Amino acid sequence: MLCDICKKNPATVHLTEIIDDQMNELHLCEDCARNKSAAMEQQFGLSDLLAGMADFEKPNKDEENIAAKCSNCNLTYADFKKIGRLGCGDCYNAFRKYLAPLLKRIHGSNQHVGKSPFLKEKSVAKPGRKSLDLGNLKAEMQRAIQREDFEEAARLRDQIKAIEAKKES
Amino acid sequence: MKINDLLNHTSEWLKGTGPNSDIVISSRIRLARNLSKYPFPHWASKTQLEEILAKISDAVSKIDMLKSSTLFKLADLDAIDKQFLVERHLMSIEHSQKTDYKALLVDDEEIIAVMINEEDHLRIQLMQSGFNLFEARDIINRLDDALAGILDYAYLDDFGYLTACPTNTGTGMRGSVMLHLPALVMSRQIERVLAAIAKLSFTTRGLYGEGTQASGNFFQISNQVSLGHGEDEIIENINGLIRQIIEQETQARQILLSKNKEVLEDRINRSLGILKSARIITSQETIELLSMVRLGSDLGMIKDINRRTINELFIITQPAHLQKLENKKLSSDERDLKRAQLIRKKLNLL
Repeated sequence: MLCDICKKNPATVHLTEIIDDQMNELHLCEDCARNKSAAMEQQFGLSDLLAGMADFEKPNKDEENIAAKCSNCNLTYADFKKIGRLGCGDCYNAFRKYLAPLLKRIHGSNQHVGKSPFLKEKSVAKPGRKSLDLGNLKAEMQRAIQREDFEEAARLRDQIKAIEAKKES
Repeated sequence: MKINDLLNHTSEWLKGTGPNSDIVISSRIRLARNLSKYPFPHWASKTQLEEILAKISDAVSKIDMLKSSTLFKLADLDAIDKQFLVERHLMSIEHSQKTDYKALLVDDEEIIAVMINEEDHLRIQLMQSGFNLFEARDIINRLDDALAGILDYAYLDDFGYLTACPTNTGTGMRGSVMLHLPALVMSRQIERVLAAIAKLSFTTRGLYGEGTQASGNFFQISNQVSLGHGEDEIIENINGLIRQIIEQETQARQILLSKNKEVLEDRINRSLGILKSARIITSQETIELLSMVRLGSDLGMIKDINRRTINELFIITQPAHLQKLENKKLSSDERDLKRAQLIRKKLNLL
């Protein structure tokens, strides 16, 4: 099969394009596919996508958004909307109220479960079992609650409490 | 270690060993990590980038697991060397551009590769041959813990590890598996499989990661979501998905064998024939033909060429590898000639 665009090279990339609910099959050679995907990226870059998602959350608070600034690195929320990247770790606190809903949109959650850099003595895991770090325990507790296994959930809660107490001391 | 030492060395992930290595080329895990208080690389000043690089270089030099590794400053490397490292999957294309204060740490076996000052201060990568995510996770976890003992990571209890792009926040982890799925492509089931993968919030990419096209029946599948699920859960989810894809590819191979054996044999042997006799060959054609030969070897139709040789050919026939083997700059036409020569030599010697 020859490329739909240049009609010269063999088509090696097969794309399905949806424009206004019309599905289009495209068979392209490598060069034309590359040009095509570059054009698509220009139309809709990642930063636009992220910024668009952020906008969607707070349609009426634009002015406040843009004025917000991180005191550690001086990145403004307007900068973030433009470049799609944050400036430093502190930005996450500085723009917390806008980022929390954005993270939820991207990941379906804005609550980290998983390892933490502060818990080095975490490898008490039994062989073959999931490692017992705080995040995984919390996730497992949530799952226990969902399947209404409250006994297991209570056991996990106590385990989490014990680790947290140890972490604080 | 010098860059040229890598040339005569087979990366661990190319050995063609490990579980399910007829379908799974490699398993990788990467962690995105940043230093607390320092701006992310794109927002940092030159002085800050220099400090970040110094801090991380110092930290890695203190870690036992990294005793037999080498740190390359990218600004010291020429264009061919940088492309060479990308072709070996040790770093991203992005890391090879605008190279000031960027570095790459590689261990002798090419299992560990750490990009410094890419999109995040640290991108720690672990590569294994075959379907082996759990082992990869165990090793990278140890390395991450060792680094966290020295470096002060940017981390919040509720958002997890903080990254330049919010799409990586949380665990900062991406697990990916490189698959060879010729039978699903030939039987036109691949679109259905890829659509299902996308629905489950996994992404499919080409051979060289972000922004590259799938070619020669190779697909790299990885998790998209990094926040709200623990590391183990993410790995287990990818593992489950890959297991299903392996099953489907295996089935598709069996069906092709039972219904279209002659056609398949013809296609595989023609591919081998071209590779053994062509005088001029592009890298794209090479990948496509090698993909068929690999399938032939997996199905026992080609007996005298092993998987490792085929895997190696995929890598050493790439532009920068050819130029390093010849030790000079080659035009595209010259490369196509040299490539054909190298393939003939490797395959006809066997």
